[in-house]
Amino acid sequence: MSQFLEISGLCAQIDADGQEKQILRGVDLSIPPGEVHVIMGPNGSGKSTLSYVLAGREDYEVTAGTATFHGQNLLAMEPEERAAAGLFLAFQSPIELPGVNNANFLRTAVNAVRRARGLEELDAVAFLKMAREAAKALSMAPDMLKRNVNVGFSGGEKKRNEVLQMTLLQPTFAILDETDSGLDVDALRIVAEGVNRLRAPTFSALVITHHQKLLDYLVPDRIHVMARGRIILSGGPELARQIDQEGYTKFLAEVA
Amino acid sequence: MNALSKDMSGPLALFANRLNTPTGAERQSAAGALARTGLPDRKVEAWRYTALRALGKQDYAAPPEQVDASTVRALLDGVLQAHPAMAALPRVVFVNGRHAPAFSALPDDVDLSFFAHEPQFGLQAAPDRDPLVALNTVLAEDGLVLRVPAGVDAGHVMLISLGVAGAEPLSFHPRHTVVVEKDAHLRLICVQAGQGTYFHNPVMDIRVEDGATLEHVTLQTEGAQAISLGTLYAHVGHQSVYDSFVLGLGGLLVRHEVHAHLAATRGEVHVNGAQRLAGQQVGDITSVITHAASDCTSRQTVRNVLDGHARGVFQGKVLVERIAQKTDGYQMNQALLLSPDAEIDAKPELEIYADDVRCSHGATVGALDDEQLFYLRSRGIPEHEARQILIDAFLDEAVALVVDATAQTFCRSVLAARFAGKGEPS
Repeated sequence: MSQFLEISGLCAQIDADGQEKQILRGVDLSIPPGEVHVIMGPNGSGKSTLSYVLAGREDYEVTAGTATFHGQNLLAMEPEERAAAGLFLAFQSPIELPGVNNANFLRTAVNAVRRARGLEELDAVAFLKMAREAAKALSMAPDMLKRNVNVGFSGGEKKRNEVLQMTLLQPTFAILDETDSGLDVDALRIVAEGVNRLRAPTFSALVITHHQKLLDYLVPDRIHVMARGRIILSGGPELARQIDQEGYTKFLAEVA
Repeated sequence: MNALSKDMSGPLALFANRLNTPTGAERQSAAGALARTGLPDRKVEAWRYTALRALGKQDYAAPPEQVDASTVRALLDGVLQAHPAMAALPRVVFVNGRHAPAFSALPDDVDLSFFAHEPQFGLQAAPDRDPLVALNTVLAEDGLVLRVPAGVDAGHVMLISLGVAGAEPLSFHPRHTVVVEKDAHLRLICVQAGQGTYFHNPVMDIRVEDGATLEHVTLQTEGAQAISLGTLYAHVGHQSVYDSFVLGLGGLLVRHEVHAHLAATRGEVHVNGAQRLAGQQVGDITSVITHAASDCTSRQTVRNVLDGHARGVFQGKVLVERIAQKTDGYQMNQALLLSPDAEIDAKPELEIYADDVRCSHGATVGALDDEQLFYLRSRGIPEHEARQILIDAFLDEAVALVVDATAQTFCRSVLAARFAGKGEPS
């Protein structure tokens, strides 16, 4: 019942040029604590939409279904409340914030979340020490804390910056939306290690990916295949290898 | 004071009783020009977006001889306490357009005198073309006359102009002259602040001689009921730099008009600015940058944040004369509208008569970016705080153009003090 993350019959649409476009068509998904689940699926199947809807982006209108997190109605919460409750979305295309210093941004976020969680705020010194250590563990250049958020970052640097944010915000549930895309093998390993460091009986992740490679480092508990706005198939880690070798066509044909 | 006569032409009537008896050639000529043109209405192209209706229906009296010292002290402290470094800088304080020696801490490395003792109208002002300069010319009583001797680095000087008005609306029309001689360097920080209903109409005549540098930051924090219409002329010599920045925050109606003249080769002019306005405020940043010699550079970045019913005006003209080959000009005006009732009127103009130049200009208008807001909120930052971060960042990119670290920090401190926690949607 009040499991960790429960999604049931979730439908969502977006207003595209005055036309309502249905993207999620009844997503059912249950993620217990301590597990890493993976969503795979062809482009346009609704994977990123699902992650945005869970994180609270307003462009999407939820038309049916429920999503609960720690028993709370996730869909009724503001994005910042979801973050405070422990949800984190690593963006597929991290947003650039010109004029916003990365360290200030990170500290503001960490302290906002700490405040909401009833913890004491960190002063600049304590925060910087923590941030520098976390950045170092992700092999990030020290100057990335001094630069503007994601401005002029390479694709790989942006993804590492997402993982850095995740590390500092200490979520209990992280959605990684194609965090592996555009990463070379070394970066992929570093990012995966960043996620693995958070693994605990109280931490779960939903990983959206197209590639088996990430899953070599980030051993998943369960694989879901999404198509046309629904989860059409779920299975163990072997499903990912099968898709990697055979593609989606076979699975899509089976449920068509 | 005379009551407003409806027969007289427009707002000029408000000064009528003070316009009668000009003495000296400059004042008489300016009074003549003013009598011909009157004050501009919106049919005059340069004033199309800024109406002087706001001058209202009241007469503007000459400032009284006595001003309450504690009020001046409080206003001055408000300026100086914005940042700890400010109180230590040399300063020249004007109260209602008159030098106030008791509040000044005069600089050492410069030659100082005052318009009240030896009137200097400068060579650049054009009372026949600019009625507000004509008005200043007729009514000017005092002003700073500052000269940095050749080769001297004079460090910082603050010029603080305070307006203190009581029940009766006042106007004052200071006439300032700043000369930075050959290879000299000055960092000039002008601050305008005040309280009550007053009309501040300064004219500043600037000469930056060959090889010299003037870094000029103007902080516009006039009182909430104030009208401030200032005109500034800058003559820029060979290999010299006039680097200016205006931060517009206060006043009811404020216009900052700059005429920069690149008179000799390899000069450099920056006419940057930022304004953050709300309520019924109107802020007008107008500039004419003339390239009259080859190999000069001009840069202009102006950012506007407009909330409530505020209106921003940007008029920026870059004129490249035929002789001004290899001109490098850049102009950008950007506006962030925080409310559906806020407005920006932008009129960028390039007028180019040379054929080998590089000039570009652009303008953007928009609201806060939804994706950026969502990104911040998804990291746990509450909406009002997220909005504030994005507004600050937008302005800060303009403030970052201020090269002088002291002036830059001063601008940031004033912004932070005025707007902390004001990111709520209106």
